[in-house]
Amino acid sequence: MIASIGSRLGQAVLVMLAVTAIAFVMFRYVGDPVAMMSREDASPAEKAELRASLGLDRPAIVQYGDFLGRTLKGDLGISFRNQRPVVDLLAERLPATLELVIVATLLSLSVGIPIGVYCALKPDGALTRAIQTISLVGISMPTFVTGIGLILIFAVTLRWLPSFGRGDVVQIGGWSTGFLTRSGWASLILPSITLALYQLTLIMRLVRAEMIDVLSSDYIRFAKARGLPSRYINFRLALRNALMPVVTVTGLQIGSLIAFAIVTETVFQWPGMGLLFIQAVSFADVPVMAAYLLFVGFLFVVINMIVDLTYTLIDPRLRTRRA
Amino acid sequence: MSLAAPNRPAKRRRRLQMPVSVMIGLAVVVLMLAIALLAPWIAPTDPTNVASFDLMSAELPPAFMPDGDPAHWLGTDNQGRDLFSAILYGMRVSIAIGGGAVLVAASIGVVLGLLAGYFGGWVDIVIMRVGDVILSLPTILLALLVSGIARAIFPEAGTAQWAPVILIGAIAIHEWVQYARTVRAATMVEASKDYVRAARVIGLPSLHIMVRHILPNVMSPVMVIATINLAAAVLTEATLSFLGVGMPPTYPSLGTLIRIGNEFVFSGIWWIAVFPAVTLVILVLAVNVVGDWLRDRFNPKLKGR
Repeated sequence: MIASIGSRLGQAVLVMLAVTAIAFVMFRYVGDPVAMMSREDASPAEKAELRASLGLDRPAIVQYGDFLGRTLKGDLGISFRNQRPVVDLLAERLPATLELVIVATLLSLSVGIPIGVYCALKPDGALTRAIQTISLVGISMPTFVTGIGLILIFAVTLRWLPSFGRGDVVQIGGWSTGFLTRSGWASLILPSITLALYQLTLIMRLVRAEMIDVLSSDYIRFAKARGLPSRYINFRLALRNALMPVVTVTGLQIGSLIAFAIVTETVFQWPGMGLLFIQAVSFADVPVMAAYLLFVGFLFVVINMIVDLTYTLIDPRLRTRRA
Repeated sequence: MSLAAPNRPAKRRRRLQMPVSVMIGLAVVVLMLAIALLAPWIAPTDPTNVASFDLMSAELPPAFMPDGDPAHWLGTDNQGRDLFSAILYGMRVSIAIGGGAVLVAASIGVVLGLLAGYFGGWVDIVIMRVGDVILSLPTILLALLVSGIARAIFPEAGTAQWAPVILIGAIAIHEWVQYARTVRAATMVEASKDYVRAARVIGLPSLHIMVRHILPNVMSPVMVIATINLAAAVLTEATLSFLGVGMPPTYPSLGTLIRIGNEFVFSGIWWIAVFPAVTLVILVLAVNVVGDWLRDRFNPKLKGR
């Protein structure tokens, strides 16, 4: 167990090194930092001086080492556009994105799993057919179209819910949360539904397919032959095994969800990291782009490790291997 | 389809019988392709020609609404551009970029897949590892990074002339992996068969064997993936354009039109966003229906997933 965690940590470090290398290359070679930071009319001598003072005239490998050291210390440079430290910008925006993604994930799991189970248990029901048709439409519906549709219905026409920003937030330490105010929750509803719908179809289809697979396996048939109550078979035996891949996919999807939050955040002007990143892309603000890449890479690595560990908790076979 | 098993025409024909939904889907796809192709002849005005805009008639509602103008039956956008024409042209741009991305991705994927499957060894390892890393990043994130980097290096990346090239590259850089994986697996199977061994024994060059002997036998799954991918590519393009890093407003795709419309949704001017969005969803849905059906035909294992 400890050995496997160790080797996984080793892999994670390698992946992170690769990501930092890409971020460094972007940071250093995409666009000229000197041209970005100096005045329009700076003389070549002034530019050379700035270059030397930034340490850009040293060998690339030394600069990379330096970059790594600074990154570990939490210094990710200064945004070209806002002229503020990138770390501060990210830290400011992180709570908004995480709250959105967490609520959306919980929402899609709590709706997707029951629907998937229902479709698997009643494969020929009329409701199942209807759900499947709707899900195909759902897949073809881009996130931003769903978002605009929800805004049109619930914000513009019915005027029930806000469609812009986070509402009132409360500062707890460095974390700004929208969970403690009424307007915070109201503002969260439309964006989180939009983001959840993207994942809902996937979870539903996955649960359904896995359930159908498991239900036709020998041990379920044996359990039925033994006369165990169908409730016990369906939920204690079948669902538990069907949920294994759901854990993996949900975990891995959190990465895509954060990426897709870019779209949702743009539609709802949600002040999260996605909005920050998309502004960085349109203004070619390389330090922010590189930092976002680093952050997402780090998140992917961490999520992958958590998913692996969760496996041990769900699957008893992996637990006994520990002994 | 005609490439495989030419000696079983009767069975083929029976298998190609399609459900009504697929027939409708196929009809819609063909219709939309035709409209996209013929847009310059169908559209009442040229939405890319600034001279045809009339600011006086900006933000006109659709013709069926009380204040509508019969000349603009889907209304006009914020610059007085006829929305119907803009959608026709936008569809053309969307399909062209989506199709271009699929072509580029399929070409790269097929070549790399053939090389990896045929030669194996370190060629295989390098290509597939790079593919693994790419697939672990979400399409949209990678595409945004590519276009962001392109903008930083190359200031003209956002212009109507270069944006399609950047978009195609940004989408294809993620999508080729699927083709490469499929073709690699199929190539490995084919390469171990007797006809390929025989071709090697008589000393045919590797290139000839790959292109003339293996390629035709691995193409049908590529066609299926291409169909499914077309929908995904059109969606990615629309998303990028919606986010403002795709086609510029002077030469809008469906995504750009939705972006423009999104700014007016709050003031009750819903049509600028809704009509292009509906067009986009119908297009993608139709392609998905046909693609799903094709996939089920060719790979019964995946049926129902």
